[in-house]
Amino acid sequence: MKEILEILENDARATPERISTMTGIPLADVKKTISEAEKNHTIVKYKAMINWHKVGDEQVWAVIEVRIQPQRNVGFDAIAERIYRFPEVRSAYLVSGTYDLAVFVSGRTMQDVAAFVSQRLAPIEGVQGTTTHFLLKRYKEDGEIMEVKEENKRLPLTM
Amino acid sequence: MPPSGIRKYFDLIISMEGVISLGVGEPDFATPWHITEAAIHTLERGYTMYTSNSGMLELRQELARYLKRTFDLEYDPDTELLITNGVSEGLDLAMRAILDPGDEVIMSDPAYVAYPASVMLADGVPVQVPTDCHNAFKLPAPDVEARITGRTKAILIGYPANPTGATMAMPELAEIADVAKRHNLLVISDEIYNLLVYGTQPACFACLPGMQERTVLLGGFSKAYAMTGWRVGYAAGSAEIIAAMTKIHQYTALCSPIMGQMAAIEALRSGEPEAMRMIEEYDRRRRVILKGLNDIGLDCFEPRGAFYVFPSIRSTGLSSEQFAERLLMEEKVAVVHGTAFGPSGEGHIRCCYATSMENIEEALTRMARFVQRHRAP
Ligand SMILES: Cc1ncc(COP(=O)(O)O)c(C=O)c1O
Repeated sequence: MKEILEILENDARATPERISTMTGIPLADVKKTISEAEKNHTIVKYKAMINWHKVGDEQVWAVIEVRIQPQRNVGFDAIAERIYRFPEVRSAYLVSGTYDLAVFVSGRTMQDVAAFVSQRLAPIEGVQGTTTHFLLKRYKEDGEIMEVKEENKRLPLTM
Repeated sequence: MPPSGIRKYFDLIISMEGVISLGVGEPDFATPWHITEAAIHTLERGYTMYTSNSGMLELRQELARYLKRTFDLEYDPDTELLITNGVSEGLDLAMRAILDPGDEVIMSDPAYVAYPASVMLADGVPVQVPTDCHNAFKLPAPDVEARITGRTKAILIGYPANPTGATMAMPELAEIADVAKRHNLLVISDEIYNLLVYGTQPACFACLPGMQERTVLLGGFSKAYAMTGWRVGYAAGSAEIIAAMTKIHQYTALCSPIMGQMAAIEALRSGEPEAMRMIEEYDRRRRVILKGLNDIGLDCFEPRGAFYVFPSIRSTGLSSEQFAERLLMEEKVAVVHGTAFGPSGEGHIRCCYATSMENIEEALTRMARFVQRHRAP
């Protein structure tokens, strides 16, 4: 189960046949595991990772530190939900330390992002303050180094 | 001594575009970053000098601990371990240390190219035992025994094996050990691929009863830790042989590069998780290429070690060399012809699966087309 998911996480295009060969797990079991994982949302989505920089179509990203006042019974969750439901929010995490939510926001321009923070996010009741950091350069994302892969440096033939 | 059998292909491949190479003998992974980073740190601190001829004591101590915890073998880091410029140098030192001109060393055919070469360079005589796919390219002890003469000095084994991917389990190695004991022979055991095994336990020849004192264990970091360019390996054996090897090493190599030794210390201390991750990936590729080759009509026995498969190409009616050359010209896939490793490699090619899954899949597609075209009537 875990091995199948790991393979898919690394390459969503891996077919059940290929996964079965790679792992030695019978094909029927691989198919069953995948379809169950899809149904119960263990596999959330299949998607491609794009380096937009390469097509010159780059969005502006910011990570926003959000300090919030937790509420009786629901803690941080209710306010977090009000924030993460905005489509501008690409990722949102509850974190330990000097602020509470780390929120990744994207927009077409810096003004878009700034407007979103000042007009949508900051005014939410319970939000005590925000600090916005614009991302300047993307080195590595979700385990992948963004720069073009260097040519393999191996000699083509060795004993 | 004949030149290495791949030189002409090498130049050809370099001049061609779009070649997928299954012809390499090293990992496609770069050295795990924590190892490289540790070495960079030591360079920054100014460790750029010679080390002791035997290698850094810290590394030998770490190595002794590794051999103890992995194989329950005890070696004295002061007298029984030598750090070499890879197994390559270890092999050469061992042969020069133990052989008198005309002494014979028994080994398999096919074999890693440096095996017969290292014996010849030491004025010895390689005596090769044909092995084949029906016996999964294992070395049968009776066949070894049948070739023993008054001049036989040692048996040279290397499992998991290059080029076949063959492994030998402890009971099979024990039969070789019996022969060595009965005829009072040394055993040189190249265990560079020791950790790269799939669905079987790493085997260590020196662990067999009574074998540690008559075995020169050669090991290294090149394969399991993806460290081929660092040039560091080791020899473990009796104080007498290690002293003789150290003497030659002292005058010819002086020492293994200090950055390689520093990297090796880090590899032994905390390299295992990354090594295991790479081995798991090799295993997946192994299953894919094995099934793929069998599906297209190139039968192969299941290799359980290293990162090679050694399929039979007899269904095409081509010789190994014809197959390799035409596959390269017609489909731009590079493999090594089996005869590069000895006459018993005829009818086989060596495919290395230490390359990306995409490359393996594309190579299999091209090879399927090729085999379809060349299937013997
Ligand atoms: C069987 C075998 N032994 C030894 C070596 C060389 O190892 P090292 O890099 O430690 O010199 C290789 C490399 O291909 C090999 O395949």
